[in-house]
Amino acid sequence: MTIDIQNISKRFGQTQALDNISLKFGQKKIYGLLGNNGAGKSTLLNIITGRYLTDDGILTLDGEPLKDNDKALNQIYMLSEKDYYPETMKVKDAIRWASVFYPDFDEKLALKLTEKFGLPVKKKIPSLSTGYKSIFKIVIALSANTPFLLLDEPVLGLDAGHRDMFYKLLIERYSENPCTIVISTHLIAEVEGLVEHCMIIKDGRIIKDAPCEDLLNRGYSISGPAALIDDYIKGKDIISSSNLGGLKTACLNGAMPNPENLPVGLEAGKMNLQEYFIQLMKEGEVKGNE
Amino acid sequence: MQPSFDTNKPIFITIAQWLEDAILADIYTEESQVPSITEISIQYNINPATALKGVNMLVDSGFLYKKRGLGMFVAKGAYDKLLERRQQQFFEDYIKPLVIEAIRLKITAADLQAMIERGYDNDN
Repeated sequence: MTIDIQNISKRFGQTQALDNISLKFGQKKIYGLLGNNGAGKSTLLNIITGRYLTDDGILTLDGEPLKDNDKALNQIYMLSEKDYYPETMKVKDAIRWASVFYPDFDEKLALKLTEKFGLPVKKKIPSLSTGYKSIFKIVIALSANTPFLLLDEPVLGLDAGHRDMFYKLLIERYSENPCTIVISTHLIAEVEGLVEHCMIIKDGRIIKDAPCEDLLNRGYSISGPAALIDDYIKGKDIISSSNLGGLKTACLNGAMPNPENLPVGLEAGKMNLQEYFIQLMKEGEVKGNE
Repeated sequence: MQPSFDTNKPIFITIAQWLEDAILADIYTEESQVPSITEISIQYNINPATALKGVNMLVDSGFLYKKRGLGMFVAKGAYDKLLERRQQQFFEDYIKPLVIEAIRLKITAADLQAMIERGYDNDN
């Protein structure tokens, strides 16, 4: 099963939220949708699930248009930042209703998870704290059993223990019954090991769309005395550079050189996903200033 | 024993080395079962595909083998083969960086040798 997004754009007033985006989600992989606040992550996910309409472009699930297609849309569960529950609805009622909307919803699992997280089932949803609201949404999402699971900032307001619990439960769920998962988050370091394929979104555009491993093999950092570094990076594809006294660190595009081929005094290192992401975000700033 | 995830190594390599270390430390003895892909993934919050890639490296080298429907087991002779391989890699992995750092700190070969002897003495 594949969700195919072709040339989607979305404008809110003066703001171009999404600018000609084309993507594919399929193959039962875990995708990371990474971007800064306001980059367009939520807008994109809301468009996939039909909560927002697109200005133009085509959205399909296995070739069938997604728009107004309940059968196709029922294959997708989205955990969103906004909640749309009636003010008087209790946690346990919401769990019961979820099984009406999602035929494969696992009510037993949902109740088990509420216990595991210590989520009070008799409380009304709007009266839950931020953290417990997130837990409530996670419980529903993990029990939805749809082929597609879109998670928009799933760990918002969760403490470290509960975040860890969530990641473990997500892996367990994925191992038992593989599905396509899209996680949008700004806590990149936490999902680095989890995510197989990365989509990096910036100012409404997809700037990277590749397996995480490939992405990290495309760049490296190099540090050493400023004069030596300046010499070394001349003519190379520089993402960013910074100075600390006489010590300079530069991030470059390209494969990491063999340490033996480096001039003495220089040290090369790979970047982790978070470092790479931060450097990519800087790249635009530098160009914007020019 | 914990895998140490550092930036310079892909996660699947770290998982493979951690399993090798555990075999060398007799935590997983020959013919005993190693944790499943799911257990490893959940323990270290990593993608099951990545964990599988790491475990498969040991399968390809003949250190682990699969028992259908049961899981992964440590192969006979894995300990000795691993030990031999690690001994061969010892120069590249440890001596080379050690000498580079020693030169940077102006430590002579003789000083270094004395230190190594001191290290052996302390360990006995």
